[in-house]
Amino acid sequence: MNLEKVFFAFFIVLALTLNFGFFIGELDEPNHHNVYELFAALVVSLIATIMKFGDRAHIGAVLLATSLVADLQLIAAVVIWTITAHATDAGMTPMVLASIVSLSGGALLANITSVIILVTETVMFRR
Amino acid sequence: MHNIIYLLLRRMRVPLIVIILAYATSILGLVLIPGMDDQGNPWQMSFFHAFYFVSFMGSTIGFGEIPYPFTDPQRIWTTVAMYMTVIAWLYAIGSLFSLLQDQAFRRVVAYTNFAYAVRRIREPFYLVCGLGGAGKLVIRELAEHGIRSVIVDRNETRIQSLLLEELPLRIPGLTADVTDSSALVAAGLYNRHCAGVIALTGDDQVNLTIALTSKLLAPGLPVICRAESHDAQANMASFGTETIINPFDTFAERFAMMFQSPSMYLVYEWMTSLHETPLTEFAAPPRGTWILCGYGRFGKALQKSLSFKGIQTTIIEADVVRTNAPESTIEGRGTEAITLHEAGIEQADGLIAGTDDDANNLSIIMTALHLNKDLFTVSRQNISSNDAIFAAAGIDITMHPGRLIGKRVVDILTTPLLTDFLRMANLQNEEWANVLVSRVVGVLTDQPPESWALTISTKQTPAVTQLLKRGGTVTVQDLLMDPRDTATPLPCVALYLKHSDHQELLLPADDTPLQVGDQLLICGHASAETHMRWTARNNHALRHICSGYDRPSGSLWRWLSARRSDRTET
Repeated sequence: MNLEKVFFAFFIVLALTLNFGFFIGELDEPNHHNVYELFAALVVSLIATIMKFGDRAHIGAVLLATSLVADLQLIAAVVIWTITAHATDAGMTPMVLASIVSLSGGALLANITSVIILVTETVMFRR
Repeated sequence: MHNIIYLLLRRMRVPLIVIILAYATSILGLVLIPGMDDQGNPWQMSFFHAFYFVSFMGSTIGFGEIPYPFTDPQRIWTTVAMYMTVIAWLYAIGSLFSLLQDQAFRRVVAYTNFAYAVRRIREPFYLVCGLGGAGKLVIRELAEHGIRSVIVDRNETRIQSLLLEELPLRIPGLTADVTDSSALVAAGLYNRHCAGVIALTGDDQVNLTIALTSKLLAPGLPVICRAESHDAQANMASFGTETIINPFDTFAERFAMMFQSPSMYLVYEWMTSLHETPLTEFAAPPRGTWILCGYGRFGKALQKSLSFKGIQTTIIEADVVRTNAPESTIEGRGTEAITLHEAGIEQADGLIAGTDDDANNLSIIMTALHLNKDLFTVSRQNISSNDAIFAAAGIDITMHPGRLIGKRVVDILTTPLLTDFLRMANLQNEEWANVLVSRVVGVLTDQPPESWALTISTKQTPAVTQLLKRGGTVTVQDLLMDPRDTATPLPCVALYLKHSDHQELLLPADDTPLQVGDQLLICGHASAETHMRWTARNNHALRHICSGYDRPSGSLWRWLSARRSDRTET
C-alpha cells in the first residue's frame, strides 16, 4: 500500500463528496445549501489540485486540468456569494443562490471526471 | 522551461498545502467562535470577514480587530492562528529559497537557459566541445569575426570563466559531459543553423566519441577534431571526420620546412601565424646536430621529420622502456648538466625541450643555455598561463599545442581560401617562395602580414558588382590601389584568385579582370584591408580609381559636368 496514493485518492473523492453535499437540494432553497460545506469543498479542492502539481505523466496532467476547472467554478461561486452577501443592498436572493449552486454543479462534473479518471487508472494498473 | 515549472511545482507541493490548511483552520475558527458587535449583540463573523482578517494577519500587515473589537475567545483563537499562518508562510518562503539555491535545480535552470539560447540562434554557429587553451582561442577569434559558437565543457569553472570574458557576441556555455549525446543535442546538433562540430578536448578518446556521435546523429555536419595520437587519428578518419589536427605532426612538418626552404616556411608562417615572429627576427635554425629532450608524441614527430631532412638528433629520455626510444638514447631528464654533457651539448647547434612538463622544459633550456649560449632553442609549452615565463626565457621557438590547434581551426573556418592557396603554394619551388617573400617584405616594414579574403558579391563588394553589371571592367590592380590617392598602391599583395568556375590563379597578374563570384586572397598591412573594403563598397571611390578622374557624386554637379563634357566634345 502506498500512503501517497491513499492521500491522493482521499482528497479527490472528498472533494467530490463535499461538493455533492453542497449541491444537492432545491436549487434556490437557502436551507438546502450550507455555506460551511461550500468552504470545505473549496479548501479540499485546492489541496487536491496542489497534490497533482508536478506530475509529468499524461493522466496526472489531465487530473490537474479537471481539478483546476473545479477550483475555478468553486472560486467563482464563492466570489458571487461574497459580493451578494456583503456588497449589495438586496442580499442573497433565490436567483443568485441558484447561480451559485449551478456553478458548484459544474465543479461537481469536473470532480466526477477526476474520480472516473482515477478509477480507470486504478483498474488498468496491474501488478 | 517546462522542466523548471514542474520541478518548482513538485517541490512546492507540501508548503502550499500547509499554507492552505493553516488558512482554512484559522478562517473556520473565526467563523465558528461567537463575537459581539458595537452594541453588545451576539455577532458571528462571516467567511468573507474571516478571510479578510486572516489575509492581513497572516501576512503580518495587521489592520487591527475588524469590523468589531474581538471578544476574548476570538483573541485566544487569533493568537493561535497568528503563529500558525506566520510559520506556514516562513516555511513556504524558506522552501522556495532553498529550492532556488539547490544545485540540482540550478543545473536544470542553466541547462534550460542554454538550450533556449541555442534554439534562439538564427544564424550559422559552430558547436565547440572543450574550453581549454584551443577552445578559448577559437571562440574568441570566431566571435571577433562575427561568427557565433556554442560551447560545452565538463568543467564548471571553465564555463563560469566564459562569463568574465569580454566577447563581442554572447556565447552560450553548458557544463556537461561532452561524451553524452543528449548534451550535444541540447547544444544544437540537430539545429539547422549548426555549421559544424569542433572537438577540442585534451582527451583523444573523448574527441573520438564526439566525432562519432555527430557523424551518426547529424551525418551532414563537418567535424573538426583534435587528435594527439596516430591511432585516434586513423580511427577518426575511418568514419569520415573532415579535418583532424594533430598539433605535434603539424608543428614537426612546419619545423622541418624551416631547414629545407626557409622562404616557403615564411609564407606558411605569415599565412597561418602559428606564432608571431616579427619579420626581421626570423632566423633559420642551424643544420648541425640537435639534442631532443623527451621522446613522447612531440619528440617522436620531430625526430621523424628531422631525420627525414637528414638532420642528426641525440635523444634524451627519462623513461626509455615506456617510450620505446632507440638504443642510442641517453637516459635522464635533461634538466641536469650531466645528462646534457653526455649528449654533447657543447658541440650541439640546437636543442628541443619537448617533455609534457613546463617546469622541466624551462629548466632544460636554462641549463643548456648556461652550458652553450649559442644554442637555437625550441620548447614545448603545455599550459597557457605560463606565457610570461616562456617569453622571458629567451626561447627561439615556443610551441603551444592549444594555440596551434586553435589558430589552425580559426584559419580553416574563417579563410577557407587559405587552405587552397597553401595547397597550390606547396607545389611551387623555393625560388617562387623567395620572389613572394621579397614582394611582401617590399610592401611591409617589419610586421608580419595579415591575410584576408574578398568575394566579389553584392554583399561584400556592392560597388564592384554594380560596375561589372553595367559592362565595366575591374582588374585586380584597381582593388589594390589606395582610394585616397589613386597613384599609390596599397601595402598588400594579391596571393590567389579563385574564379567562380573554380579556375585557380596563384599570384594573379595586376591586369586580371574580376568577375562576379570571384574570390581573392590578399596579404599585407592591416590598414590596407580597410581601404580595400572601402573601395569595393563605395561607387564613387571605385570609379575614381578606375578612371583616375574624380567624378562629381551629387546630382546637380553630375548634370553640370555632363553638360561641360558635351560642350567640349562638340
